[in-house]
Amino acid sequence: MTYQISDTRVRSPRGPDIRATLARTAQRARGIFADYGLLLAFFAGWHVASVTGLLNPAVFPPLDRIGQALWNGIASGRLVGDIGISLQRAGLAFFAAVALGIPLGLFMGQIRAVERALDPILQLFRQTSALALYPVFILLLGLGEASKVFVIFWATLFPILLATIGGVKEVDAKLIEMARTFGAARLTTFRRVVLPASVPAIFVGLRLSATTALLLLIAAEMIGANKGLGFQVMNAQYNFQIPLMFAAIFLLAGLGLAANWVLVLLQRRLCRWNTARH
Amino acid sequence: MTLVQTQAKGEVTIRDLTKSFPLDGETLTVLKGINLDIRGGESLAIVGASGSGKTTLLRVLAGLEEPDTGDVLTDGAPVHGLGRERAVIFQEPRLLPWLTVLDNVAFGLEVQGVPKPEAAERARRYIRLVGLAEFEAAWPRQLSGGMAQRVGIARALTVQPEILLLDEPLGALDAMTKMTMQEELTRIWHEEKVTMVLVTHDLEEAIFLADRVLVLPGTKGDAIRLIDVDLPRPRDRNDTGFVGYRRQLMAEFGLH
Ligand SMILES: Nc1ncnc2c1ncn2[C@@H]1O[C@H](COP(=O)(O)OP(=O)(O)O)[C@@H](O)[C@H]1O
Ligand SMILES: [Mg+2]
Repeated sequence: MTYQISDTRVRSPRGPDIRATLARTAQRARGIFADYGLLLAFFAGWHVASVTGLLNPAVFPPLDRIGQALWNGIASGRLVGDIGISLQRAGLAFFAAVALGIPLGLFMGQIRAVERALDPILQLFRQTSALALYPVFILLLGLGEASKVFVIFWATLFPILLATIGGVKEVDAKLIEMARTFGAARLTTFRRVVLPASVPAIFVGLRLSATTALLLLIAAEMIGANKGLGFQVMNAQYNFQIPLMFAAIFLLAGLGLAANWVLVLLQRRLCRWNTARH
Repeated sequence: MTLVQTQAKGEVTIRDLTKSFPLDGETLTVLKGINLDIRGGESLAIVGASGSGKTTLLRVLAGLEEPDTGDVLTDGAPVHGLGRERAVIFQEPRLLPWLTVLDNVAFGLEVQGVPKPEAAERARRYIRLVGLAEFEAAWPRQLSGGMAQRVGIARALTVQPEILLLDEPLGALDAMTKMTMQEELTRIWHEEKVTMVLVTHDLEEAIFLADRVLVLPGTKGDAIRLIDVDLPRPRDRNDTGFVGYRRQLMAEFGLH
């Protein structure tokens, strides 16, 4: 069942010895260094430059002071509340966009006439910056949560919708024909061929949408909000609490990385056939 | 004597078949007035120059294309569209990359509503038949061209068709793999007792596999021809009789 065609590695009969373990550890350390060395150097350079006064520490505080601000913010619950509300806004908008975008995209990609009729209006909406429409949404929905969630939803919808349409349209017609020769009904062909073939493209859309959601979240929170990480960045800067400002910025970056990481993991689970190595 | 397997099932009758395509506002007639009786269980090869309509004829037999005029009948019943008594093998294996070898082979049965465990059971039998038992759990991307095509053949056989329609199934393989697969196809055809209609541009392949070879007319508009291959099986590519047929077929195309 779990036959591996390519596993030709031969194990030492005496089991793993210490030298091999050491060599493997050294290799893994080298690997980590190759991946993250430059990032570590960046932060080290920042810290040293700030402590020695090469960079203005009032604008670029040393990392320990940012860490301190982060810790204080979390311990006092202040930043926790900001994270919560930000996650709620971005999450609500993202999941609504996905829940609408994927089914609509699958439908539009299947039916040429629908896709043709809707394409021009989609292109127009997509090219109109969501931020430019934010005042319109505020007029319609007020300055509260609804307009914030809606502007994020609006911007997040297009990447996932267009990626899904593209994925469905790109499905190899030869595979669909193959399914038909076995007598597969339209719905069966959709479920067994079109849908799985579109999954990689849908994931590209999901990751784009997640990035867009965070981008719009920050912008929306900088206008007329009194809570949230985006608000905290602006507010801390306004009050000249620079370490707190950077703490909020790093939290936002962490949020983006975490969202991407979850999606990559999910994609690996669902697309094992695609990532399986020779 | 030829070893023609004759049986009641898997007969194909083609009557006055014509097929054309629109081309730059004109019509390109690809198949014109074709009449042919394919015997149940026989192996028929279709050869012809590129563009002579081999694929078109096969697609009409499969039900993927509707003829302009004329009829196709299988076991006396008129063909309209696809049917379960016919299975198609294309030049590309057309495997689903997200399914393992086993699931790919079971795919045909599953879309026909056979429960998964039963489909897997029947699929295993044909995976063994094409010699891929060890590769059940492999992904298509891990297979060589020849192996992938075997999976495609197993998938077509699993639905137990009476008529197997093959469009240059070995066309993309290297010479050595191709010869092995030709022997494999002969064995499968013999064991499964199916009618085999094989489109090929390889004359040697046609002589090796077929009871009869149908030569489609080229652009010169000459007539359709049917050649009996009266050679014992298993066939030997270097046998004088075999070489004689090769010479005869090559002459049909003005080759020496
Ligand atoms: N769907 C189609 N639309 C228009 N022309 C086609 C179509 N299918 C085949 N043809 C034309 O019909 C002729 C025969 O094609 P085909 O049957 O593929 O030939 P072969 O398989 O013998 O090389 C070619 O000239 C080809 O361009
Ligand atoms: Mg062809």
